[in-house]
Amino acid sequence: MIYFSLFLSFLQVGMFSIGGGYAAIPLIQSQVVGLHGWLSLSEFTDLVTIAEMTPGPIAVNSATFVGTRIAGLPGALVATLGCILPSCFIVSLLAYIYYKYKELGALQSVLSSLRPAVVALIASAGLSILGLVAFSGAAPTFSATNWVGVCLFAGAFFVLRKFKWNPILVMSLCGALGLVLFLLFPGFAPTVGG
Amino acid sequence: MQKDTHGLSKAALLRSLFFSMLYISTFTFGGGFVIITFMKRKFVDELHWIDEDEILDLTALAQSSPGAIAVNAAILVGWRVAGFAGMLVAIVGTILPPMTILYIISFFYAAFASNPYVAMVLKGMQAGVAAVILDVVFSLGGKVFKEKSILNLAIMALAFCAVFFFNVNVIYIILAAALTGLVRALVLQRRKKL
Repeated sequence: MIYFSLFLSFLQVGMFSIGGGYAAIPLIQSQVVGLHGWLSLSEFTDLVTIAEMTPGPIAVNSATFVGTRIAGLPGALVATLGCILPSCFIVSLLAYIYYKYKELGALQSVLSSLRPAVVALIASAGLSILGLVAFSGAAPTFSATNWVGVCLFAGAFFVLRKFKWNPILVMSLCGALGLVLFLLFPGFAPTVGG
Repeated sequence: MQKDTHGLSKAALLRSLFFSMLYISTFTFGGGFVIITFMKRKFVDELHWIDEDEILDLTALAQSSPGAIAVNAAILVGWRVAGFAGMLVAIVGTILPPMTILYIISFFYAAFASNPYVAMVLKGMQAGVAAVILDVVFSLGGKVFKEKSILNLAIMALAFCAVFFFNVNVIYIILAAALTGLVRALVLQRRKKL
């Protein structure tokens, strides 16, 4: 039964991928390419590219993509359901514990140590993306700098901090300006694979 | 666990939650931390449903649970704002946009992945995403500096170095920060007794 095996496969992805996006990729690969042969390795690589280029978590994107290709819309639905079901239970339980014992001294202290760590994690994620924008993920050198990307970033950062512009508006403007600027300065335009 | 949400009726609250998540999820490219920064702007700064400390706690919970961070964060915010119904509404709002987009793309993915204009727009949006994340980091990091706790500043610096320069698994970082908080609680308790 194809629906059931799609569901089970993505249930495992949802249950064992801790730490988000990139942690899920090897798990999805082993289920989808290795165990079941639903996608070839090059199709899987395309899927990862698309998942990164489009909104949404990689696990949900993969579940929809694989489900659709294997068993149409119902396939997409069962695969996605499988991948979010473990979260629903585990996260609800944690939420319950958090709100019940939040006022406890020890938990207060644990949470107050976690907060600076979380800020650091977010900072690291932001700087990694900035690295992709400014140097295409390569070592930061002057000649490798993508000045179009840097200018877009600097402009966006400025209007966000100084004028508190709506972040989604800022992002959409960056997309539109990106298209115009990369067409004007094709030297900085992103290269497209496959 | 629900608090006053500006006298909105339950239906109005759920509707607002659903459309907020739908809107955020549609425009959230990249990993889980990206969606959390957008959620912070929406639910903390704009709607004032959640306070700043709490969003960091929820981030730590979302990060340490299995599954996609975006879905986990939606579950937590949903519970927090409107209980079980809130959780369901927030999940559906979060997964609907990526599911729709991937469902469509799965039919002509090769053309999409190799289109240079699509790549230009996405690269521009990437610059915007980096700016949005780092803007939120400045606000949250500033708060940690204001606490004037040397321990918390050290946690922030160490966590950043560990993840950014040494690629340490974020789970270990969260565990280490939590442990530090626990030890601090025990030490303070002992001091009180003496």
